Amino acid sequence: MNVRLGPWSMRLAPRSLAVTALLLLIACAVAVAAISTGEFTVPVPDILAALAGEGTPVAELIVNKLRAPRVATGLLVGAAFGLSGAIFQSLTRNALGSPDFIGFTAGASTGGILAVVAGGSAAVIAGGALAGCVITAVLVYALSYRRGVQGYRLVLVGIGANALLLAANSYLLTRSNIYDAATAAAWLTGSLSGRGWDHAIPVAVALALLLPLCAYVARPLRMIEMGDDAARAMGIRVEPVRAVAIVAGVLLCGVATAAAGPVMFVALASPQLARRLTRSPGVTLASSALMGAVLLTASDLIAQRLLAPVQLPVGVVTAAIGGAYLAFLLRKDRY
Amino acid sequence: MRPAEHTEPATEAGGDPPPRRGRQVTLAAGLLVALGLLVLVSLAGVALGARAMPLTAAFDAFLAPDGSSDHTVIRELRVPRTLLGIGVGAALGLAGALMQSLTRNPLADPGILGINEGAALGVTLALGLFGLTDPTVYVWFAFAGAAGASLVVYSLGAAGRTGGGPVRLALAGIAVGMVFTAMSSAILRIDSQTYDRMRFWLTGSLAGQTADTALRLAPFLVAGLALGLCLGRPLNMLSLGDDAGRALGVAVGRTRALTAVAVTLLCGAATAAAGPLWFIGLAVPHAVRAVVGQDQRWVLPYSAVVAPVLLLGADIVGRLIARPGEVQVGIMCAAIGAPIFILLARRRRLAAL
Repeated sequence: MNVRLGPWSMRLAPRSLAVTALLLLIACAVAVAAISTGEFTVPVPDILAALAGEGTPVAELIVNKLRAPRVATGLLVGAAFGLSGAIFQSLTRNALGSPDFIGFTAGASTGGILAVVAGGSAAVIAGGALAGCVITAVLVYALSYRRGVQGYRLVLVGIGANALLLAANSYLLTRSNIYDAATAAAWLTGSLSGRGWDHAIPVAVALALLLPLCAYVARPLRMIEMGDDAARAMGIRVEPVRAVAIVAGVLLCGVATAAAGPVMFVALASPQLARRLTRSPGVTLASSALMGAVLLTASDLIAQRLLAPVQLPVGVVTAAIGGAYLAFLLRKDRY
Repeated sequence: MRPAEHTEPATEAGGDPPPRRGRQVTLAAGLLVALGLLVLVSLAGVALGARAMPLTAAFDAFLAPDGSSDHTVIRELRVPRTLLGIGVGAALGLAGALMQSLTRNPLADPGILGINEGAALGVTLALGLFGLTDPTVYVWFAFAGAAGASLVVYSLGAAGRTGGGPVRLALAGIAVGMVFTAMSSAILRIDSQTYDRMRFWLTGSLAGQTADTALRLAPFLVAGLALGLCLGRPLNMLSLGDDAGRALGVAVGRTRALTAVAVTLLCGAATAAAGPLWFIGLAVPHAVRAVVGQDQRWVLPYSAVVAPVLLLGADIVGRLIARPGEVQVGIMCAAIGAPIFILLARRRRLAAL
């Protein structure tokens, strides 16, 4: 389906649009459910009142200080992971090329653990994670550079780097005392508990800055998926587009890890789930981001309620749900 | 290194192989050298550690035990640990090579295809939830986990019209592995004492296994190794594709099933013994293929010999750099193997399958 508006035209696939709209609806529904339910139930009209600053003091405390920032962090972090995964899977033309598999999230964890062991504050941990992610990305890219970067080589080098960094992480964990190890391990499986606005806002700013970049490279990326030469023949400047996409993807991954810890598998599973739902031939950015947001917030809701009062880290639930759902979709896969 | 030569298994199905004696002799000699290296590393593994001992003490410990603490350390700790290292390393290397050949997937690895995660879930259930600490009991949980994982992954990855592409199988493995790892961590999360006890095993460690454990797990490892090493010839023929393999007289289904049984035995026993080690099974066959080429009759034994050299070497280094404590072998394996793997991935096209 083509939409024309003056000099611009856009190709729109009805199924992609429907899936995207549906995911948006689900994300809103999950967010409302997460804010409204719990030990203290806040009815839906009261949520709006509390957000507007006109609710009861208790409702305002629970909604504005506790639940809303947590849900917002979940939505934003999930979207950032989904987007980052979609970008890298598209660049490497490989489902395994997502940042949690090629060492970027592991690098962010290494930075984070070093900060935990050094006894840093939340801000230092976040900074360590972001730095770890960027450094890892630069190293992996540099190590796989050999007259251009080829997708498969990047994946293999990334898997090597991932193994190395996971080893470093385990080493740091077993060397540290049990209290540091428990703290670091909780952060390592990814957690959204106790997240305030100061966690959500950096991710929101990063998304606001990087989303236009992603939208700008989305179409050329689809072309590059067909091969560099084919893309060049279509008039796409391959290297600049790729560089912009990589920078955006690394920053999104780093910021998201800094906020919520390395929530594994969201970046891997979201683009694959979105792609199968939209039946799109390639990776789709918008639906991947929304899928990430839904996956993470829904998982967080389940992590809080499933074994209450035991709170599971959200990373455990994303892994279980994302993995099971992906297996379910693979079952009737036609690729 | 010379470029990987492609031997053609098809020519060997009927009649004698073409005259390439020189290469066969070179490969056999190389295998002997690798075996020699393994013996050397094993001896070093007995002699070196938190307290270095002369090799003569090792022989005395068995021939003329005098009950000294040195002899006890050697008999009760060092020798079983080294034997366990040989068994686990050979199992993981062979399992990785078998899986890469069977699935024709360069990323196949007991860890990536979710099989070690399945075995680890079995052990976590046995130890963490049911409190079963006897290795002969929990190894069956590991087998059940590994078999369940490979069954699910294979049926997911091989179903459908195309019979399962490489990425699809890897995705299925990762998806299933994700679920299993999540369940293991959830179990450990409930009880922090279990977490403290199991976090060393979870990173992969050869320490803390007694001679008894090694002995009880040995039959499973040996059975898996023997079965796996016999599969080189049919796997060679299957590497041409199922139809070509069938035409050459290979029982495709039976070969697949036997390979799956071997992989289950190898991965289950190795994981029960040393925790979910990964990366050895991925990296060693890649490195081996880069040297010996595509002939599975050489790739399988080479992988089974080179992998324990890497594992024991890593274990020894891990014992030496943090005396009197030690760094877990899983960590050291990745620390030593990963740079080599990155170098290989970078410097040459990894020998394709």
